Amino acid sequence: MKLTLKIWRQKNAQAKGQMVTYPIDGIDGDMSFLEMMDVLNDELINKGDEPVVFDHDCREGICGSCSMFINGEAHGPDRLVTTCQLHMRKFKDGDTITIEPFRAGGFPVIKDLMVDRSAFDRIQHAGGFISINTSGNTQDANAIPIEKADADAAFDAATCIGCGACVASCKNSSAMLFVSAKVSQFSLLPQGKVEATDRVMNMVKQMDEEGFGNCTNTGACEVECPKGISLENIARMNREYLSASVKG
Amino acid sequence: MALDSKIPSGPLADKWTQYKNDINLVNPANKRLIDVIVVGTGLAGGSAAATLAELGYNVKAFCFQDSPRRAHSIAAQGGINAAKNYQGDGDSTYRLFYDTVKGGDYRSREANVYRLAEVSANIIDQCVAQGVPFARDYGGLLDNRSFGGVLVSRTFYAKGQTGQQLLLGAYSAMNRQIGRGKIKMYNRHEMLDVVKVDGKARGIITRNLVTGEIERHSAHAVVLGTGGYGNVFYLSTNAMGSNVTAAWKAHKRGAHFANPCYTQIHPTCIPVSGDHQSKLTLMSESLRNDGRIWVPAKKEDAEAIRAGKLKPTEIAEENRDYYLERRYPAFGNLVPRDVASRAAKERCDAGFGVNKTGEAVYLDFASAIERYGKEQAYVTHQDANNAALVKKLGQEIVKTKYGNLFQMYEKIVDQNPYETPMMIYPAVHYTMGGLWVDYNLQTSVEGLYAIGEANFSDHGANRLGASALMQGLADGYFVLPYTIGDYLSQDIRTGPISTDTKEFEEAEKNVRSQIDALVNNNGTKAVDYFHKKLGKIMWNKCGMSRNAKDLQSAIDEIAALRDEFYKEVRVPGTENEFNEELAKALRVADFLELGELFAKDALTRNESCGGHFREESVELDGPQKGEALRDDKNFTFVSAWEYKGAPKDAVLHKEELTYENIELKQRSYK
Repeated sequence: MKLTLKIWRQKNAQAKGQMVTYPIDGIDGDMSFLEMMDVLNDELINKGDEPVVFDHDCREGICGSCSMFINGEAHGPDRLVTTCQLHMRKFKDGDTITIEPFRAGGFPVIKDLMVDRSAFDRIQHAGGFISINTSGNTQDANAIPIEKADADAAFDAATCIGCGACVASCKNSSAMLFVSAKVSQFSLLPQGKVEATDRVMNMVKQMDEEGFGNCTNTGACEVECPKGISLENIARMNREYLSASVKG
Repeated sequence: MALDSKIPSGPLADKWTQYKNDINLVNPANKRLIDVIVVGTGLAGGSAAATLAELGYNVKAFCFQDSPRRAHSIAAQGGINAAKNYQGDGDSTYRLFYDTVKGGDYRSREANVYRLAEVSANIIDQCVAQGVPFARDYGGLLDNRSFGGVLVSRTFYAKGQTGQQLLLGAYSAMNRQIGRGKIKMYNRHEMLDVVKVDGKARGIITRNLVTGEIERHSAHAVVLGTGGYGNVFYLSTNAMGSNVTAAWKAHKRGAHFANPCYTQIHPTCIPVSGDHQSKLTLMSESLRNDGRIWVPAKKEDAEAIRAGKLKPTEIAEENRDYYLERRYPAFGNLVPRDVASRAAKERCDAGFGVNKTGEAVYLDFASAIERYGKEQAYVTHQDANNAALVKKLGQEIVKTKYGNLFQMYEKIVDQNPYETPMMIYPAVHYTMGGLWVDYNLQTSVEGLYAIGEANFSDHGANRLGASALMQGLADGYFVLPYTIGDYLSQDIRTGPISTDTKEFEEAEKNVRSQIDALVNNNGTKAVDYFHKKLGKIMWNKCGMSRNAKDLQSAIDEIAALRDEFYKEVRVPGTENEFNEELAKALRVADFLELGELFAKDALTRNESCGGHFREESVELDGPQKGEALRDDKNFTFVSAWEYKGAPKDAVLHKEELTYENIELKQRSYK
């Protein structure tokens, strides 16, 4: 198929960016969206132009690197997939596709479609862990039975890939879905309960310092999340935060 | 230089304990005076960085991704082995050890594998304590499943995302140390050289991928947890950025490269769909617990399917060839990966393959869906003879086990695997070869360590499923932190290592001149052109089936391609900015050298073992006719290659493998 791509080009963090239009032909429905971008970049390189920069690595939807805002949606029109799993069969011959970076104050653009998501790492540094050293002397893994429903819910929260689609989709650039996924995972497990108070307070504090906005319950994050992380996690984090605040 | 594997003396089961009792320790106050560089933040590098920092060392960790959480361990699906024997099905440390050595076709080092099996149980305890949400049963205890090449259920899992959950566990342990300032994390940094001072590894040269800055970093020891080199084939299940550069630079600085030809071609991947393909996607081996592999028994049916005139669901049971169950009744669909891959190739080469290309076989869940559905109907007191109900219930069970894999398949192939069998074909997945290390995981360069997939030691010529995660975490959490301490105990009075020395200067100059040459080459062809061409040579001549003639021509073709690369490659942009083409060019330059050594190693090893299948070495008759034939008399050794300039000049050193606790047998899964 033949397509028209409108892509955000920005030389570096300081430069002013702009949308640039590229026609492209010979795109097959079985190609992934990133393979379509590979075709474009190959053409650009052969013409002596600079290829479009975008983050990508595993190309199977799990590393969380790819981060494009396609036709106004994080990871494009398909549901429960990342950009690398989006296939061109979701588009029609003659379509115009607009491709922008994930935009948020907390995600400064590095170049073209690539943004800096290290704020997410810093939130995790503040409390996204259980304080346990590697000793080889922890108790047996089966010493504490965990109700299957809790274990499954913890797992569901833990499947967040940290891509930032939630932030890019939110009108407030809120990172609540991302932060609550980690808070939920640990608050649902007995191992994580010990330091639950400090964890939620520290992570929320860091989230605010990074400039992410508040949650106003529009739910766009849940819709666009490639891993289907549920809004329930935000409710759970709010409860955790409230009880931690009361505890002081 | 003779290879000394430094295996401790004493009975196999006591070696590790005895070793830990005998080594030198570094007291906590002195650990604060010692710096360690860890390159790579996957399961091996991440767990090592976290543990070393917990112990008190000053750690500098490096990854090329934008966050340590994105290392490719994240994509591991099926599970992690551990000899817990929670199922009471006869598992033990010895059995896990035995299965791993046998699965590796008797080409791994006994002492290392036994240690791996020994610490495996601890890994599960550690991960649960960290909050890794493994699958549990209704009693609240941990669940297990089975993987290829074994007769017990010892694999722990978190749906089809086990690697993700384990890596996030290691990442969280790292985060705790980053927050305390004990790990200094360098994201989007690529290591481009090792710096040796007085024969010891004392630092690295890196490039900041965002700014292009070339940096010097020093430490008392350097640890490489930089993964495997499957991307030498261009198409593989590895991430786009996975590369051999760190390991190859270490090789050029004196670290021997062991068994480069041992590559795992995984039997269950989504088939190639066209020339645009940039990578291949794995469908976890765990699917072979419940999926049955088959092709049409009649050639005309296979042809009709390829022409789009027949559907797999229309082929009657008696016209299907469940060839793994037919050839290997004892292990059936759960034979090891090398055996399953070759069997698929054999059927496809004989004209029974499906898909448009004829290069695919079916992985069918219909009978599992029926079995689970009936069981569920019985448990819930519903009508087990109602086919529609049984199918619905069965599909629900299969969804809870493999839901994310089925969804991945559907998104890529655009077919619903609950209704029609999956199509799969082998693809490059893992490399058992890697930097040669001794029992301490130290390479042939003093102070330079290699852990996880980057080293060679534990999987022999073929890795069993769910053992890569086990090895990465064993090395990083439980082995390296001991062995490196013994080495670092010499360094308590050394003081900080200066980067302002001629050794650092020379290494930096090398890196800069390589980059300058590439950026100013002004050739006519993009980097991918060369990478794809290399991949085709590797797949066609060094793939699932190898012979002397093809390997020799691969060596010549790769050498010629390398010359063309340096003449014709075009790298747009400059070195002082984010420049992915430059990063790719630097990686492909190293693949073009490694590829040739790979072929040379495969040519030298004139026997079939594990993933390395030489057409010249097969069983000619008897019940094993056509199966791979190992040559223990002449090849029971590790090939460790020493760098001498061009790959063709590499010098072979042999580490003889001695088996004191296992009798060498031809593998049989029949």
